[in-house]
Amino acid sequence: MTADILIIGAGVVGCATARRFALEGASVILVEKGADILSGASKANSAILHTGFDAPPGSTELACMQAGYAEYLDIRERFNLALVETGAMVVAWNEAEEAQLDAIEAQARENRVSDVSRLDRAAILAREPNLSPAARAALLVPREHVIDPWSPFLAYMIQAKALGARFLFQTEVTGGQFDGEAWSVETTNGIFRARTVINCAGLFGDIVEQALLGEAHFSIHPRKGQFVVFDKAAAALVKTIILPVPNERTKGVVLCQTAFGNLLVGPTAEEQEDRLRATTASDTLKALIDKAVTMVPALEHMPVTATYAGLRPASDKKPYRIRVEPDRNWITLGGIRSTGLTASLGLAAHALELYRAMVGAKPDWRPVADPLESPVPNLAENRPRDWSKPDHGAIVCHCELVTEREIREALEGPLPPGDYGGLRRRTRCGMGRCQGFHCQARVAAMSEGRLRVPMVPEGGAA
Amino acid sequence: MSAHLDVAVIGGGPAGLSAAIELKRQGIARVGLFERESEAGGIPRHCAHPPFGLREFGRLLTGPGYARRLVALARTEDVEIHCNNSIVGFEYQNSGVKLLITTPAGLAHITARRVLLATGTRETTRAGRLLPGERPLGVINTGALQAYAHMERRLPFERPVIVGTELVSLSAILTCRSMGAYPVAMIGEEAEVLARKPLFLYPRLLGLPVLTGTRIVDIEGNPRVSAVTVEGPDGSHRRIACDGIVLSGRFTPESSLARLAGLGIDPKTGGPIIDNFGRTTHPCIFAAGNLLRPVETAGWCYREGRLIARQILRDLQEGLPDASQLGEIQVGEGIRYAAPQRVASPSGGMDCLQLRLERPFDGWLTARDATGRLLAREKIRSRPERRILLPLPASGPENLIRLSLEDRA
Repeated sequence: MTADILIIGAGVVGCATARRFALEGASVILVEKGADILSGASKANSAILHTGFDAPPGSTELACMQAGYAEYLDIRERFNLALVETGAMVVAWNEAEEAQLDAIEAQARENRVSDVSRLDRAAILAREPNLSPAARAALLVPREHVIDPWSPFLAYMIQAKALGARFLFQTEVTGGQFDGEAWSVETTNGIFRARTVINCAGLFGDIVEQALLGEAHFSIHPRKGQFVVFDKAAAALVKTIILPVPNERTKGVVLCQTAFGNLLVGPTAEEQEDRLRATTASDTLKALIDKAVTMVPALEHMPVTATYAGLRPASDKKPYRIRVEPDRNWITLGGIRSTGLTASLGLAAHALELYRAMVGAKPDWRPVADPLESPVPNLAENRPRDWSKPDHGAIVCHCELVTEREIREALEGPLPPGDYGGLRRRTRCGMGRCQGFHCQARVAAMSEGRLRVPMVPEGGAA
Repeated sequence: MSAHLDVAVIGGGPAGLSAAIELKRQGIARVGLFERESEAGGIPRHCAHPPFGLREFGRLLTGPGYARRLVALARTEDVEIHCNNSIVGFEYQNSGVKLLITTPAGLAHITARRVLLATGTRETTRAGRLLPGERPLGVINTGALQAYAHMERRLPFERPVIVGTELVSLSAILTCRSMGAYPVAMIGEEAEVLARKPLFLYPRLLGLPVLTGTRIVDIEGNPRVSAVTVEGPDGSHRRIACDGIVLSGRFTPESSLARLAGLGIDPKTGGPIIDNFGRTTHPCIFAAGNLLRPVETAGWCYREGRLIARQILRDLQEGLPDASQLGEIQVGEGIRYAAPQRVASPSGGMDCLQLRLERPFDGWLTARDATGRLLAREKIRSRPERRILLPLPASGPENLIRLSLEDRA
């Protein structure tokens, strides 16, 4: 069977794109080398839904972010997706940064984010009394929000699956040929035929181009970001997302609450060659904590719940690296950095436009008139969680109040997790302050025989 | 479940159980104990080795045997034990505290005139230690290791590295060996091992290298641990192939409910600030056991629970001394923590301050008032892992008691 579309990579972009094409009535195959969705760059981001106020004016990135933002707000209720309406402040901590706020405000207005306003020190402290009074001035961006960075993509994939899309995990693309009609894509899991390939391979986007097209139009330069997540007690200290004045390379270190009721500081921006190893460094984590304490002095002595590092697929140039090869039925959505979470739905719609332009004629797909939109379990703290509802069984993860029912339903759900990380992202089990001290063995027992990567290996001592 | 309690005890480990038993024995009618796990007993449930219970029951028990006896005793005294009950909210009322509870059946709430927090302790996680490297499967605390052995009868590794040189670190080796796993090394950041030295005959007999003054500088592996790289006291690096890491010890109070209740937290102990009656910064909420400080034995927590239960009884019957006139304890350099942190009135309740040091010290531990006048002193020769008890001093002017280490007093 030849599919219409083969998508490489089940990160935020691949998942949203699979959904978009499935909604159009296309037959979709998605191949992913990891054991679950979001197992590469997409698993570590700062979970902000951006307005695009500071994106390059006129860029594809900005257009995709704003389209993605709008679509997310439009569909989120039907999928039961979280939104924490925090707003953001770009805070200037010194005179030089304060001088840049005018330009940032002008750029925001140019980007049609016109509800921004300037705050002086008194107004900043009135809004965020726990912020250090060293804050001199700020630009308030009211519609920057915080979301659950994982559940939306689970929802999109469940919808795509219900529409007939096929997903293959632990399936790494190794090569392929285009015969003028369709691609034969070679993977570690067999050969798949599809008329068009959409490369959403994230950190490996250039390698995939090299392997299938013979040359890559861009090169990925992984940029590592380390994060520290503070205890839930910290979340009450700052409501608004605190952004720094950005530089050319990165948005800088952000301090913001998470949808799960924690407070997060990060990311760093460290260039590296390695595409696989995302390591934390003790000194860097300490420096992030110190930076957070400088911004919010009450964070001193606050316990740390989690630390992690992720790799962003930055490329040799700042813009998104989008490539269409009409002669070879190929689209690359590459170099999608931290804005990809917001832009994903917009990128998916953009990919569909590119596809239509590429094939010239309207494909004879029948768009789905009444797509199934099944709500996903809510994990955000600002709406009722399962523990507040009857007959949940028992609490398994005490720190995050994850119920037996939630874990069972995730394991038996329409898109069950492939590994412990996937189960954690679906339920939050083991994500809290004790990091599995109490629940990990129980979760291992509950998930036995159900994960592609078992928690206890075959050879484990017994 | 009764909607109105005299005392709600939160946490069914040794401290919570002994407190509930004592309250019932002293004639308090409505005592409810709330345990979030499916059975009460606390940490000893997972410690499948002696010695437990010598003082309380006059015989040598393993952890699970001790836990069972405590629970049986509580049932004999008619303590209502509610397992699988997690407290999710506190609301303060004129006559006490309203607790919001999630139970398997759904949400419930009860009111209590007094609450005793006895939520215990846990080991510091990988994140809490700010460890470097990747985040593979197989990096767990001893608590999770024991739960794997106890519940799963299988471990997630065969050749782990044990991090830590405390008593619990040796317990981690025992657990691994009992499950057929062979630890490959034991490492500790401190210059010397923390538990008593003769005990380290055990790892040495197993041929297990014990590397002190050594810290982890990298963790490798995907999806499971494949190696750690450690840095020794001379700065040299060494890569140790292994398939797991057990992070043992460095206990920290499980103070999340104390924080949720808005209580003052002592950054030194990590637990709630208490006075010598076990009263926290809210007059209706008391605390006992390893929530107060890391970490004492089950027997110590048992006695502490009973002692604080008597203070709650006194508070309910005649009222405790006013909490507004409190002597504040300040700790000086070299002292890791001191609890209680406040002295309400040196008559009654805990009769000693509990302290631990940050470094070995041989000299005087002194308590002085704001003017520098000596209130109490004790000649000590101690090491960080040893408990020090200093008789509770009366506070002087400005209600201040300064503790310090002095070469001569």
